[in-house]
Amino acid sequence: MTLTRRATLGAFAATPLLATPALRAQTPVELTFNYPIAVGGPITKIIDRYCADFQKENPGIRVKPVYTGTYQDSIAKALTAAKGGDAPDVAVLLSTDMFTLIDEDVIVPWDGLPGIDDAYLGSFYPGFMANSQTPGKTWGIPFQRSTIVAYYNKDAFKEAGLNPEAGPTTWAEQVEMAQKLTRRSGDSVTRWGIQIPSSGFPYWLFQALTTQNDILLMNPEGTRTFYDDPKVAEALQYWADLSMKHKVHPQGIVEWGTTPRDFFERKVAIIWTTTGNLTNIKANAPFPFGVAQLPANRKPGSPTGGGNIYVFKAASPAKRAAAVKFAKFLTTPERAAQWGMDTGYVAVSPAAWETEKMKAYVKDFPAAAVARDQLASAVAELSTHENQRVTKALNDGLQAVLTGRAQPVPAMKAAQAEAARILRPYR
Amino acid sequence: MSATTAPIPNPVIPTRIGAWVETAAAWLLGLVWIAPLLYAFWAAFHSTGYAAHFDPAAPLTFENFAAAWNAAPFGRYFLNTFVLVTMILAGQLVLCTLAAFAFARAAFPGSGFLFALVLVQLMVMPDVLIVENYRTMRLLGLVDTILAIGLPYMASGFGIFLLRQAFRQVPKELEEAARVEGCGTLGILMRVYVPLARPIYLAYGLTSVSYHWNNFLWPLVITNQVETRPLTVGLAVFASTDQGIDWAVISAATLLTAAPLLLGFLLFQRQFVQSFMRAGIR
Amino acid sequence: MRSRATLHAWLMLAPAMVLLLAFTHYPAVATFWHSLFTMPRAARPARFIGAENYVALLEDPIFWQALTNNLIYAAATIPLSVGLALAMALWVNGRIAGRTLLRMAYFTPTVLPMIAVANLWLFFYTPDYGLIDRLTRALLGWGPTNWIGAQETALGAMVAVAVWKEAGFFMIFYLAALQAIPPSLHEAAAVEGASRARTFFRVTLPLLGPTTLFILVNAVINAFRLVDHILVMTRGGPDNATALLMTYIYELGFRFWDTATAAALTMVLLGLLALAAAAQFLMLEKRTHYR
Repeated sequence: MTLTRRATLGAFAATPLLATPALRAQTPVELTFNYPIAVGGPITKIIDRYCADFQKENPGIRVKPVYTGTYQDSIAKALTAAKGGDAPDVAVLLSTDMFTLIDEDVIVPWDGLPGIDDAYLGSFYPGFMANSQTPGKTWGIPFQRSTIVAYYNKDAFKEAGLNPEAGPTTWAEQVEMAQKLTRRSGDSVTRWGIQIPSSGFPYWLFQALTTQNDILLMNPEGTRTFYDDPKVAEALQYWADLSMKHKVHPQGIVEWGTTPRDFFERKVAIIWTTTGNLTNIKANAPFPFGVAQLPANRKPGSPTGGGNIYVFKAASPAKRAAAVKFAKFLTTPERAAQWGMDTGYVAVSPAAWETEKMKAYVKDFPAAAVARDQLASAVAELSTHENQRVTKALNDGLQAVLTGRAQPVPAMKAAQAEAARILRPYR
Repeated sequence: MSATTAPIPNPVIPTRIGAWVETAAAWLLGLVWIAPLLYAFWAAFHSTGYAAHFDPAAPLTFENFAAAWNAAPFGRYFLNTFVLVTMILAGQLVLCTLAAFAFARAAFPGSGFLFALVLVQLMVMPDVLIVENYRTMRLLGLVDTILAIGLPYMASGFGIFLLRQAFRQVPKELEEAARVEGCGTLGILMRVYVPLARPIYLAYGLTSVSYHWNNFLWPLVITNQVETRPLTVGLAVFASTDQGIDWAVISAATLLTAAPLLLGFLLFQRQFVQSFMRAGIR
Repeated sequence: MRSRATLHAWLMLAPAMVLLLAFTHYPAVATFWHSLFTMPRAARPARFIGAENYVALLEDPIFWQALTNNLIYAAATIPLSVGLALAMALWVNGRIAGRTLLRMAYFTPTVLPMIAVANLWLFFYTPDYGLIDRLTRALLGWGPTNWIGAQETALGAMVAVAVWKEAGFFMIFYLAALQAIPPSLHEAAAVEGASRARTFFRVTLPLLGPTTLFILVNAVINAFRLVDHILVMTRGGPDNATALLMTYIYELGFRFWDTATAAALTMVLLGLLALAAAAQFLMLEKRTHYR
């Protein structure tokens, strides 16, 4: 009797397994796709359309978009869901969330998934990959990325006798121009020369200043910060001086959300904000405006920003393969180009900028290419383990200095001490 | 004792001029209070450029409402919120009434301890227990359902406490009378106790509806789809940070969501306050 | 017989107790349990450390700032909202012209969702062309003030928004209570020659006692619970000037994912609320038997 009972039972048990590949081919793979709506309305429609188009091209896969609010809400939601056992399969989250997601062990690297090869990963701008990779592994695919740019009021420039086709190119020039642009009536200021937002996440704007001062704020492994470097305090001193010494910048904390409106209301002549605001400003500025790269000090530069696509550990191998297809779909040069044109984010691959539509768009609207050109000097956004805490330490110090409650050197020393304490277990 | 609409004599300033000053103060406060709503009206009906300019000649437009309506399915969010709030209130009324009655009238071993447990809920806000509750909901398979939003709130310590107080004050004679007429326990509850506690129900109902209409954090965490989201979460779409704040569209969205309630209050406020009045909270 | 009554009692109690245990007590105990461990990460499971999280909290300057801020915030919002609610109720109940409209004006904030309204309030507080700055400029000749961007004024600005949201809601309860006071009491006082102020303080106010306590319970809880406007408008800044216990808990738990410290802070907050609740309920127990 060679066929033991066990073997027979085993054979019986195996038969459904044999049927599964056929079954799998029939039941569609469903991907839950978390997307941060930080803007309302038209973006939702675009994403819905992408999902629908993807499903048409890939009949075995269904994508269910879940809109999750701001980036902050989105990472909170993704992690809560993952901890509760209900993780999404694929999500767009901040590029800086990478270490947090790794530490919580909820994502897997894209390398090694079927369909991912070096050619694909190498097709993106290196500036964007900096926040997407740890040595040897790629954790995020760039999707909606940005840099900081300076928007300026061309009319105001003309009025002040400045060349309306160029923004400031050095820190000193920036102060000079801002002084010419600041309008006063008696004791109060009717128009500021420049404003750099400092509410919510001042570290991002500050990183532009530090990059321009030739100092990096963290190491690529995300285990050390360098807040107490003298060049950092220098950069902070420059920012504080804009409002307190040169008086060309509003005092106290400048609100991120109302800065575009301040610009439209002609309350300020130059603003620093994300290139993601380009479409908004283009639609609503009641005057001709220009877009310029940020000025250099020791060198030019800006941090990158925005979101990457992540794939989650909880997703089955079939879902992970589907996720790859979806990510590739979202980042084809044509689609990346269209996405960039629709939103103002920087199209993430050089190929996207070479498409016909994009070339025509840039010809018509050169401002759109400024952020891309700035990529040459872009650095990774501040990202470490315990990212939120470490950046909060910096944020608090920045806000203390900008509200006049502290001086740059001691504030940055305190921030560094706090950051070092938080990161100690990771070294 | 019949309550009339006789106004309370004004305690502070009795003179004629005093009365004028008081009227002015009341109106000033009213103006301040309604200012955000007035601003919302202004911004919603004018294009974005006029959000900060109060130019009387500015043209009116409906484009903000269109944009707001397109940005989020408010009709559905309204329905969800209405269902949610009603469900929670209904659950609270039933559960708290039963529990309060048991505490008030039935002497059973352990009632003191259990009541202390109930009181704990007054201080332990569900908002801080989100992660744990999320896990529980997942175990129950209720994630992303309206029931899941409401379930943690249905047994309300506050409600039980209030009703217990109210029930304890019902004279025993009424209960005896009802028993003589052959009512069972539930009958006594429904015929005698509940009607006498009506003002408490009203006050508590208002508190509950207001709380859950405005609740944000827990619904944000537990819901994913349009079919389950309440208004507050739907409105979070407008809490944009990347593109800056568009007051015109936010105002339109605010008006869209507030209009039914405001209308309801406007039409029914007399009845509403009168019913409070007839019962009176003590 | 007795056991049947007990059975009935248990049956009536059961649904509420089950829900309470599942969604309040169990998670609360779980939270307390977690507050005794380190924060778990995928690579490093949680370790038992006893009271260390609490000690770390005591050494955290942001905790002390949040605590101080919250006490100041409560000390400002509670009397202001309750006091204004009473004033509003008195006015609306009196012979003031246009009181129906006034009543609606006062109640409006309650029906406006905070998420939307907080953004509108941002316009009010915007420096220079925001509404409040326009008023201060027109009436007082002030220059632009950075209301929520300066540490001196930010907390006060948040208090204003909270009071605005709450007072109208409390007014309704006072209104009902006022209208339930039998006019005979006031007539009697008038007959005795009592002045208006005396009537108010000796007759009206004491009769409003239970209502005031009811409102106070809500006001105290809200002073610690209601932080939506801060999350939207200042996110706890600038430099923690508007950080409250609840915003810090949210930050710890959902931004830093330091669930252990968040749990410890939650316990501290609950302790505070327990003190407040104990005081209030002792008073409530006494008052409801005044008849």
